[in-house]
Amino acid sequence: MKFRTIVRHIREGVRNVVRNGWMSFASASSIFISLFILGVFLLLSLNVNHFAQQIESQVQIRVFLQLNADQTTIDKLNNEIGNMVDVKSVEYVSKDAGLDLLRKSLGEDADYLLEGFDETNNPLPDSFTVEVFEPKTIADVANRIKAINNSDATKPIMNVKYGQGTVEKLFKATDAVRNVGLVIVIGLAVTAMFLISNTIKVTILNRRREIGIMKLVGATNAFIRWPFFIEGALIGFSASLLTAIVLLYGYVKLIAMTKFDLGLAMITLVEYHDVAFLLTVTLVGIGTLIGVWGSTISVRKYLKV
Amino acid sequence: MIEMQDIWKTYADGTHALRGVSVRIDRNDFVYLVGPSGAGKSTFMKLIYREEVPTKGQISVNGFNIGKLKPRKIPYVRRNIGVIFQDFRLLQKMTVFENIAFAMEVIEAPKKLIRKRTMEVIELVGLKGKHNSLPTQLSGGEQQRVAIARAIINNPSVIVADEPTGNLDPETSWGIMNLLEEINFRGATIIMATHNREIVNSLRKRVIAIENGEIVRDEARGEYGYEI
Repeated sequence: MKFRTIVRHIREGVRNVVRNGWMSFASASSIFISLFILGVFLLLSLNVNHFAQQIESQVQIRVFLQLNADQTTIDKLNNEIGNMVDVKSVEYVSKDAGLDLLRKSLGEDADYLLEGFDETNNPLPDSFTVEVFEPKTIADVANRIKAINNSDATKPIMNVKYGQGTVEKLFKATDAVRNVGLVIVIGLAVTAMFLISNTIKVTILNRRREIGIMKLVGATNAFIRWPFFIEGALIGFSASLLTAIVLLYGYVKLIAMTKFDLGLAMITLVEYHDVAFLLTVTLVGIGTLIGVWGSTISVRKYLKV
Repeated sequence: MIEMQDIWKTYADGTHALRGVSVRIDRNDFVYLVGPSGAGKSTFMKLIYREEVPTKGQISVNGFNIGKLKPRKIPYVRRNIGVIFQDFRLLQKMTVFENIAFAMEVIEAPKKLIRKRTMEVIELVGLKGKHNSLPTQLSGGEQQRVAIARAIINNPSVIVADEPTGNLDPETSWGIMNLLEEINFRGATIIMATHNREIVNSLRKRVIAIENGEIVRDEARGEYGYEI
């Protein structure tokens, strides 16, 4: 293809968008609406995922030691657990620190529940709080900690707790939420593609006469197809870019609002810079692809003259 | 040169549009194709510009065996055939200039040449000053002139015109006929299907009459021969 022909195709593609103003608008609107819904669900799904992750990461193992455990045993255990694969951190919580924590977590009730307890008659054992990198390995890590105890004749560990049963249920729930989100997003993406390509088909149906005339004067199929291809890409790209901008603008506002209103330290929205790229690339990618795909498929139908 | 040998055309619904047509049209001929509606005139012309392929028989246009043409070669054969219709078939959203220039863009001609040649044919068909008008702003006769300009811009050796005056008043029709004669004079073969008795009888040319899919008459300087 000659360079001037490429320039001609691009010029014609751009002109066609303007010439068929209403049809371009219809296609662009259909892309905008479909991708907007898809984008909202994508953001929702990302955030649900994020919540699930936050909840999961709060899972930890508590290792309670025997009341008579001495400092050497404590140091040895601290080292051994800390060196385990999958273990992110080990924090030693002395019995005194444990009492303080308990007081804090009980709040006002602590005054009468823990009345009379102090450093001298503290009933709590020394303990470790173990965090893992990957929440799903928590049961495994807990078992390995128990195994240390079994191989040690003094049996320095009294108990290993990580919310067995509850944690498994939590993981099942977060997995379900993730899968449902994924299914919804994929389903919406497919629906969007179908809807948009249908709109494009209808707009091109209007132009079969035009294609017929082009063939009559001896235009090759490629020559006819290129401007349509560029037209489709242009509409798809600009409509999806607009969708991404509107969605991200809304998301920024939402983040700003929730920061003040919820004030919950535990659960936050996914940061803007973590979603911006993914959202833009996904939407613009899908939009441009559908624009090109829809117009190419539809034109091909009328080229068989 | 166009040559048909025992051409049969049967459409999918079973209609026999042409039954054993054999004819030879020489370079620079001017041929009227006459006959009742549905006799097969349009099919005859569609075979020439390869919108249809014959069910049986051989057809060659400018030495190309049209029936056996590979699909990707079709555009190149069509560039040497100008087609004109009763309903003009212009691109409504393009200006006169763009409609005509389009046929030259297709052959990837340089932009400067396209501009020069397009303005030339616009003048030739008598539309000087109207190059920026849209088809909807033109009269029927003017629209047909645009279609003719588009058909001749690449200097095709054959012009196929399917009732080019069918939608025009007598005076405008004569203007179009003068234009076609001029194009014929410059060397193009012209095949024109028509129901216009007055034109056929006054501007005497070769007449091929088709009835019921068969050639019933072929005269060098014929008459229309049908009562309206």
